[in-house]
Amino acid sequence: MRIVVCMKRVPDTESVIRIAPDGGAVDTADLNYIINPYDEYAIEAALQMKDADDSVQVLLLTVGESAAESTIRKGLAMGADEAVLLQVPKDLSDPLGTARLLAEWLKANPADLVLAGKQGVDFDHGAVPGMVAELLGWAGASSVCALACEASHATVEREVEGGRERVRLPLPCVISADKGLNEPRYASLKGIMGAKKKPLAVVDCAAQSGALGSLEAPPARPAGRVVGQGAAAATELARLLKEEARVL
Amino acid sequence: MTILCIVDVAEGRERPASRELLGAARQLKGALGCQVLALVPASGDFAHLGAWGADAVHTLPALDGAFSSDASAAVLAQAVETLGGDLVLFSAGARARELAPRLAARLGRPLLGECTQLDATSGLVATRPIFAGKVLVKAPVALPAILTLRPKLFPALEDGFAVASQSLALSQGEMKAVVTELLAAAGGKLDLSEADIIVSGGRGVGGPEGFAPLESLATQLGAAVGASRAAVDAGWRPHSQQVGQTGKVVNPTLYIACGISGAIQHLAGMKNSRYIVAINKDPEAPIFKVADYGIVGDLFEVVPALAAALA
Ligand SMILES: Cc1cc2nc3c(=O)[nH]c(=O)nc-3n(C[C@H](O)[C@H](O)[C@H](O)COP(=O)(O)OP(=O)(O)OC[C@H]3O[C@@H](n4cnc5c(N)ncnc54)[C@H](O)[C@@H]3O)c2cc1C
Ligand SMILES: Nc1ncnc2c1ncn2[C@@H]1O[C@H](COP(=O)(O)O)[C@@H](O)[C@H]1O
Repeated sequence: MRIVVCMKRVPDTESVIRIAPDGGAVDTADLNYIINPYDEYAIEAALQMKDADDSVQVLLLTVGESAAESTIRKGLAMGADEAVLLQVPKDLSDPLGTARLLAEWLKANPADLVLAGKQGVDFDHGAVPGMVAELLGWAGASSVCALACEASHATVEREVEGGRERVRLPLPCVISADKGLNEPRYASLKGIMGAKKKPLAVVDCAAQSGALGSLEAPPARPAGRVVGQGAAAATELARLLKEEARVL
Repeated sequence: MTILCIVDVAEGRERPASRELLGAARQLKGALGCQVLALVPASGDFAHLGAWGADAVHTLPALDGAFSSDASAAVLAQAVETLGGDLVLFSAGARARELAPRLAARLGRPLLGECTQLDATSGLVATRPIFAGKVLVKAPVALPAILTLRPKLFPALEDGFAVASQSLALSQGEMKAVVTELLAAAGGKLDLSEADIIVSGGRGVGGPEGFAPLESLATQLGAAVGASRAAVDAGWRPHSQQVGQTGKVVNPTLYIACGISGAIQHLAGMKNSRYIVAINKDPEAPIFKVADYGIVGDLFEVVPALAAALA
């Protein structure tokens, strides 16, 4: 079985995000990048299938700029076999553009299963996996928190408002991972050393994102206010909630 | 020009978020000079959606029965082509996450997800948070386009009239992915994204049984219970209750954070709550920086006292 995991790099979730002087982009100068957290669940799911069956091959697929290589190596260090970077001049912020590049590559390089994250914690689209599935004419399921895969179909569970549903899908399909699917492993020292020698093919693509729009800082919240100390302050809090905020 | 609102149905009724969707569409109607259609992916009589702002209601009996994201997206695409839909609106949620990207790819249209504000004063501009709300983008929307709107941010406006509800005769083709089972039904429990009040607990709650006073306050207030990642990772609460960057983003009227320090990834999920209450024994906890009302103290004393004061 051939599994392709779509992964991308994103700024560390602790990062302060600065807006570029022209107000139309994020200033990426000082950002420290990590594997998108949801993509780690996808990589882990693929590696667990590989642990259970030697014949499973795991390929990491990224659309990104050349600097994405170091993040891809981190995914290889976790245990993936090889990687392909669809290299663009600048990281894309447009999900349909990204999905088209991924789908085009997948058409030429068939996989049995495509795993992805539920959402990039950069532009928070949560759109690419579903778009890739549709462009390929494949089945798909988003935000899955349980996955069992057999030769011809997969069974997944996903959270929906007010419950959890089970979905059965024929392979090939695109499945996006939610937190809760598994606990991603840390790369071992051996894995990190080995990752340097694993194949990472770079394919040049010319795609560019359209303009994002105008970026601004969210309105600041008023400074916090402490009502009091301990249980004695509860009465005052109750009064404020009823009379000042009028939410109760 | 047409705005097509895809109505989310649960147990035969529209979800409250779908009324907000119609409210949002109606606010655009004047500026964009368009009609507002409600498209209900189920059978039934939904004429009452006119009262919430639909000029006409169309049901899709073909989509009754088992849910299939691929087959439903194909039917929705035909419905958009039949009815028109320069702007297609979904309310952000589990179904929209399955359908909107597919519809966008199928129709070759841009998708702007999880919008928090729409402005039609000069062209249509959608605001969406990125980087977990650290930055807002105001994006000009080139029509035709597909948008998903976050629940609890747009007003539901009930002052219209019932309109005719017609059924759209489209047939569903092959289904690939199929929902086979609903595992945990809500049992009347509020979903976090729909709750007006959320009582949330973190590592400070100390263990699964420590949530009892929070549960009891939540029941008293008609609130949902949330949790920090620390509480979820410890196995005290299910992942569905996690609030934050890798959990749910919520916009309740009141968010009561108990024993939660206020890490940046937690704030990402709740800092747009209208009012934030923090109960924490550490006066230096960062949650106090965003709390409208903070109490420094032991949650096991403060939470029951608050429940008593509100009783
Ligand atoms: C990629 C990534 C994604 C993440 N996503 C999320 C996310 O979605 N949601 C999330 O919440 N976190 C997320 N985190 C984790 C986040 O960084 C914090 O670790 C987490 O929010 C801490 O949870 P906490 O506030 O419950 O615990 P702590 O930070 O340990 O805080 C516990 C607090 O309880 C107080 N306390 C203890 N006992 C009492 C008592 N008896 N009465 C009152 N107060 C008491 C303490 O003073 C302390 O402030 C993420 C982290 C990463 C790296
Ligand atoms: N540039 C990219 N390269 C590879 N995979 C991507 C890329 N962008 C998004 N994805 C995949 O799609 C998921 C959802 O991303 P998004 O739709 O951008 O929120 C991510 O978690 C990745 O698995």
